[in-house]
Amino acid sequence: MKTYDVIIAGGGHNGLACAAYLARAGRKVLVLERRERVGGAAMSEEVFPGFRFSVFSYVVSLLRPEIIRELELARHGLQILPLESTLTPLLDGPMSGSYLAQWSDHDQNRRELARHSPRDAEAYDEFGLLLHRMARAVKPLLSTAPPDPASRDPRQLLDLLSLGRYFRGLPERDLHALWKLLTMSAADYLDEWFDSEALKGTKSASGIIGTLLGPRSPGTAYVLLHHYMGELDGVFRAWGFARGGNGSVSAAIAAAAQAHGAEIRTQAPVSKILLAGERAVGVVLEGGEELRAPVIVSGADPRRTFLGLVGEAHLPDEFVGAIKRYKFRGASAKVNLALGELPRFTCMPQPGPHLRGAVSISPSVDYLERAYDDAKYGEISRRPYMDIVMPSMLDPSMAPPGKHVMSIFVQYAPYHLNGGWNDARREQLGDTVIDTLAQYAPNLKGAILHRQVITPADIERIVGLAEGNIFQGELTLQQMFFLRPAPAWSRYRTPVHGLFQCGSGTHPGGGVMGASGRNAAMAILGARA
Amino acid sequence: MASSYELTHEREYHVIRSAAALFDVSPLYKYRVSGRDAAHLLDLVVPRNVVKAEIGQVLYTPWCDHAGKVIDDGTVAHLGEDTFRMTSAEPNLRWLGDNAAGMQVEITEVSDSIAALSLQGPMAWAILESLGAPQLKYFRLAPARIHDIPVEISRTGYTGDLGFEIWMKSADALPVWDALIEAGRAYGIMPAGMLALDIARIEAGLMLIDVDYVPARKALITSQLSSPFELDLGWTVNLTKERFIGRAALAEEKARGPQWQFVGIELDWNSLERLYAEVGLATRLPSAAWRMSVPLYAGGEQVGYATSGGWSPLLKKYLALAHLRAPWFAQGTPLEMEITVEHRRKRAAAAVVKKPFFDPPRKKA
Repeated sequence: MKTYDVIIAGGGHNGLACAAYLARAGRKVLVLERRERVGGAAMSEEVFPGFRFSVFSYVVSLLRPEIIRELELARHGLQILPLESTLTPLLDGPMSGSYLAQWSDHDQNRRELARHSPRDAEAYDEFGLLLHRMARAVKPLLSTAPPDPASRDPRQLLDLLSLGRYFRGLPERDLHALWKLLTMSAADYLDEWFDSEALKGTKSASGIIGTLLGPRSPGTAYVLLHHYMGELDGVFRAWGFARGGNGSVSAAIAAAAQAHGAEIRTQAPVSKILLAGERAVGVVLEGGEELRAPVIVSGADPRRTFLGLVGEAHLPDEFVGAIKRYKFRGASAKVNLALGELPRFTCMPQPGPHLRGAVSISPSVDYLERAYDDAKYGEISRRPYMDIVMPSMLDPSMAPPGKHVMSIFVQYAPYHLNGGWNDARREQLGDTVIDTLAQYAPNLKGAILHRQVITPADIERIVGLAEGNIFQGELTLQQMFFLRPAPAWSRYRTPVHGLFQCGSGTHPGGGVMGASGRNAAMAILGARA
Repeated sequence: MASSYELTHEREYHVIRSAAALFDVSPLYKYRVSGRDAAHLLDLVVPRNVVKAEIGQVLYTPWCDHAGKVIDDGTVAHLGEDTFRMTSAEPNLRWLGDNAAGMQVEITEVSDSIAALSLQGPMAWAILESLGAPQLKYFRLAPARIHDIPVEISRTGYTGDLGFEIWMKSADALPVWDALIEAGRAYGIMPAGMLALDIARIEAGLMLIDVDYVPARKALITSQLSSPFELDLGWTVNLTKERFIGRAALAEEKARGPQWQFVGIELDWNSLERLYAEVGLATRLPSAAWRMSVPLYAGGEQVGYATSGGWSPLLKKYLALAHLRAPWFAQGTPLEMEITVEHRRKRAAAAVVKKPFFDPPRKKA
């Protein structure tokens, strides 16, 4: 029987990153992926003949630059194309029939914002600069295991001390700003800066992504910052699209892992983590095959890892309680469209650079909050928030010549839907999304060749993310940093010796970051055997 | 602003010092500040004394945040009873509005509705006179008519030469431009752009935001901040005023003495020539002004950095504007400036000299 130093259950991008780092350090690594392809929620698929989609996650920004560097992802085929603009079309209000566009050219952007509010045009630069400083302040937190302030472990105390020193070294104004970002709602925070409803609506949308909270819920300002931490070529808050879709990110990491000698097996679902006493010693596949290694890593979400693969009986009660209380509450859905022609937005009907960026249906904070109101009581938003990109505008290989793919991220579609999800409810969601978008781009319905609707229940079923939460658990403060996923177990270790965890359900959380995979690998390499 | 209207900026530069150059300076930010408290608001925001400015007077001034660090620099023109126009390089509508709380004052952004043309050079006055403009003293402004179009003319500019700026409604800017070009033809007028202006403003020792200093709002770290004293603008800080933004910090800094100073640097020709001669080349000079950070040394230690510089065809000198640490900013201090000669970093002898490098009597006459 072949033996391994490390077995990783789950070939999502974090599991793959963990494998790549461990293999790079000379460990014999095996990755086991349940599905026929690796990537988890970061995958591309030709859903309809000729039309390729980033079926689930669809943009790149948060992928840590050190991972791109260290794993030589560019050499392994990763190519990131910039998404340069955001268009918010408007139906009602003082700018009805017009739009708010955010462009990458500074002066063009300022002129456009000044059309809505000259004050906002000025505040925008200062706001951007402040969030830049905040992102920089938080950046060192992302690449390390978070120390627990309650811990007495000397190593953690040292980490805590150096972190404390680091934060003491920040200017006072930045500390105050950081505290506000950690505690406020996105809407309140943005009210301190801006007047324009369209701008506040669009900015606050970053604060609700993946979370069953509204823009007026406290804590959402942090989620907004989380989305500002992305960094491309040294620029914070830059968003891009991976050529070939987000599956290319996973493919590049997998190629790096394999180049370092890691073995990857697909269609190899892990059903159980094998224990010997209090130690993890291997895994059992669904077919009954047993594979053994002294170190097991789970890239699955905390619920699946602990309550599923390990089992409550083998874990301390307190820990089981914490994992049970850990909140998922998926709130997001995806609609992927194959289009015969480009959509014509009434506010900007000609084809143009705006179609190479994002289109955001977020005309105001009220609009988003009303969308949340529906979800709060278990319903699909009657008028949902949408973040739309057309990857075929940036990468023609995604669709047949002259045709296009459109990716629509939708919120809210609560996992805990009244009456539960079924085919009828899925189609209702698809219709709601298309009816809403058609108000802004009337030719849309006629342009649709195929549609794929993915509910939170589908995300759970297909990718295995509990309750369809795209971040393997909400990015709310009570389950962030040293509390992710559970108090005292935030540093990629678990109560089971030899069992480690990575994935968005661990620090620093969601998005296609790869940080937890890398951090977990570092924790394993630093651990005593 | 255009870089240049011809394929190279050389002729455009030379007319600034020999005839007249016409610049479109409309991209400046402009604010009309009016009402009972207009003077008080501006007096609060800038360190110079606005309350004492007479109607028709124009003040050049930086302005600071509460820590006494420079946010921006520009002009304040006293247009009429309780009416001012502020110009700036960066947007300041929000800053003015936030500081006007409780004041009876109206702040209007006129950046787009008011255009500005700058006519600079020894023939500038002859051209305006031929169009019937009134005589103006240095840093004064008066209403006038050019081909029956109402304008305001101020004797201001960014070249350190005899020069004027003409302010009018945007819709009137093209006819006024045409009138100036037509009247100026006999005086050798040329439209000119930023490349020509850049050399002229360095000769005049005038700093440029984002190039020679980082405005406080854009500073990412505290060492990027500058006070007016550190930018050689101590003369604009009127500490006899009871109250203005940044006063306390500036009073403290004045007592302490600034740790940095913004000075003029002149390279030693012989030293420069020697560096080129060592590799068998004739001395090479930059044809346009450069804008980058270049280290300055004294006794082997870095004591500052130049932020813009270039060759002055007029003065036949290699000039730079630089930030130097105390005590190396004193006039006459011998320094070395880094210079790349044939791909290798060398150091040329330089010295701190008085600025402006060029200051013709006609500027103020």
